[in-house]
Amino acid sequence: MQNDNIKFSDQSLDYVHSLMKRYPEGKHKSALIPILHVAQAQFDGWLSPAVMDYVASILKIQPVEVYEVASFYSMFNLKPVGKCLIEVCRTSSCWLRGAEDIVSHLENKLLIKVGQTTSDGMFTLKTVECLGSCGTAPMMQVGTDFFENLNKEKTDSLLQKFRSEGKRRTYLDEPETRNT
Amino acid sequence: MGKKLLLKNDHIPGIQSYEVYRNTGGYTSVEKALKSMTPDAVTEEVKKSGLRGRGGAGFPTGMKWSFLAKPPGVARYLVCNADESEPGTFKDRYLMEHIPHLLIEGMITSSYALGANASYIYIRGEYYYITRILEKAIAEAYKNGWLGKNILGTDFSHDLYVHVGAGAYICGEETALLESLEGKRGNPRIKPPFPAVAGLYGCPTVVNNVETIAAVVPIINDGGEEYAKVGIGKSTGTKLISASGHINKPGVYEIELGVPVEEFIYSDEYCGGIWNNKKLKAVVAGGSSVPILPAELILKTAAGEPRLMSYESLSDGGFATGTMLGSGGFIVMDETTSIVKNLWNFTRFYHHESCGQCSPCREGTGWMEKVLHRILEGHGKMSDVDLLWDIQSKIEGKTICPLGDAAAWPVASAIRHFRSEFEEMIEKVEQQRNLKKEFSV
Repeated sequence: MQNDNIKFSDQSLDYVHSLMKRYPEGKHKSALIPILHVAQAQFDGWLSPAVMDYVASILKIQPVEVYEVASFYSMFNLKPVGKCLIEVCRTSSCWLRGAEDIVSHLENKLLIKVGQTTSDGMFTLKTVECLGSCGTAPMMQVGTDFFENLNKEKTDSLLQKFRSEGKRRTYLDEPETRNT
Repeated sequence: MGKKLLLKNDHIPGIQSYEVYRNTGGYTSVEKALKSMTPDAVTEEVKKSGLRGRGGAGFPTGMKWSFLAKPPGVARYLVCNADESEPGTFKDRYLMEHIPHLLIEGMITSSYALGANASYIYIRGEYYYITRILEKAIAEAYKNGWLGKNILGTDFSHDLYVHVGAGAYICGEETALLESLEGKRGNPRIKPPFPAVAGLYGCPTVVNNVETIAAVVPIINDGGEEYAKVGIGKSTGTKLISASGHINKPGVYEIELGVPVEEFIYSDEYCGGIWNNKKLKAVVAGGSSVPILPAELILKTAAGEPRLMSYESLSDGGFATGTMLGSGGFIVMDETTSIVKNLWNFTRFYHHESCGQCSPCREGTGWMEKVLHRILEGHGKMSDVDLLWDIQSKIEGKTICPLGDAAAWPVASAIRHFRSEFEEMIEKVEQQRNLKKEFSV
């Protein structure tokens, strides 16, 4: 099922083709995961069946080969998400330093539970497993950026910043200067 | 102050850039290897160094390299495992972010030894921002003639690529990583064949951790024998330790292997002691998968010897009283920590990350999570402790890849060393339950 409205921008398409050239001839399926990241960033932060079909057509593979990969990896969203997907690390080192407090603070501030999206479509709250930021715990990832050594005040000011900027954050964004 | 080999220059401003890295001695291992050594001589130095895999398993790197099959006319690959996902581990992130050229230099020198004309750095998707740092550094290396065709005018040509994952702990297992790199689900492969014979695209492949590949640089620069002089016994060289949890100074520390654990935890050079003037309760010394040890056993072995930060000393006593160096993810817990709750946290992690291929792991991790959850929620039964023990014993050693073992060991060790804590928690609610029954009669 092809949807003609789903097309990479020229710039993205050039990038996608350059990704496919990183692998030997005939092995371009290797580029699937990197291309799905590009697709998710361009098409509203999630992978709809139509987007996955489009990626399959570019790689000349069966759609099911895309579905089975997209559903395996936790960074791919198979349902719509808010402009800011807030991913709070909940694993041991972060838990030891107060990740649970950060999660409940976010739930209270955003008036949603983990797994839900605010009614204005701005925020989705998710808890994730260890992001390799244990020495700067607790932390959350929003788009490409890690926000570390969190406390309630810092979390509040980040929410305010995200809300006033109002833009979608993706893993492919230019990283902000990290302030840990 | 211990000897530093990997992070000796990480404080120099601009060390991320090619110019500063090169001006402080960068890329000399490539020059030395390509101009004055045969590929086998490079492997020989790595063998002499005693370097062991820094990802967690601790397998001798030189030996792993010498297993690589070399059928004529078949491509060989080096793949760097930068999927760092073991809870408590963040050293590779630090190294790649702060001194990216060290990894790239190690990749080139190692690829020369292996006869690999292409290599990949497989980096976890959550570290997407680091792919930009690595790709910038790779572009600089190409521009300055360290990558591409006929490097330094020799016959050796090499292309290096970054490949990004998308969130799956299992892809740190080397055959799952290769599946993922081929654009598939990260399901580990049945071994044999080992990657050294049939790895990426069915070709002979070596998969090494970031820190392992970086360590090849000082080994070639100074010689394997010099490297082997650092450290203690068979634990040669230095190790990056990721220190986290209830300590005053969390962070990445490069230690000379053999530093006493007590010094590592309490000295201001490293962790700086337990936070809030609390007492030490327990440590998970090598990432979430290794057995947890109570304070008395992490500071001293069962025989009363001071415990050292080395492969041998940490595993002294086997799993009965010891643990493992693992990835060097050193998680410290103070006296207020609930071991039961931390174990539930770990078990939930393994349940979430099980790929689902093997029933003992897919089902067993879920059962352990559920049983621990009901204990925490006040619905536990005294028989649950034995039930947990039974489940973990039926996962260990019965799965394709080590994720099953990694899920079982934390459960076994928590019960082994902290059984009374489980029992007290259950006993308390059982008493309340009985009290309620009496009143409701």
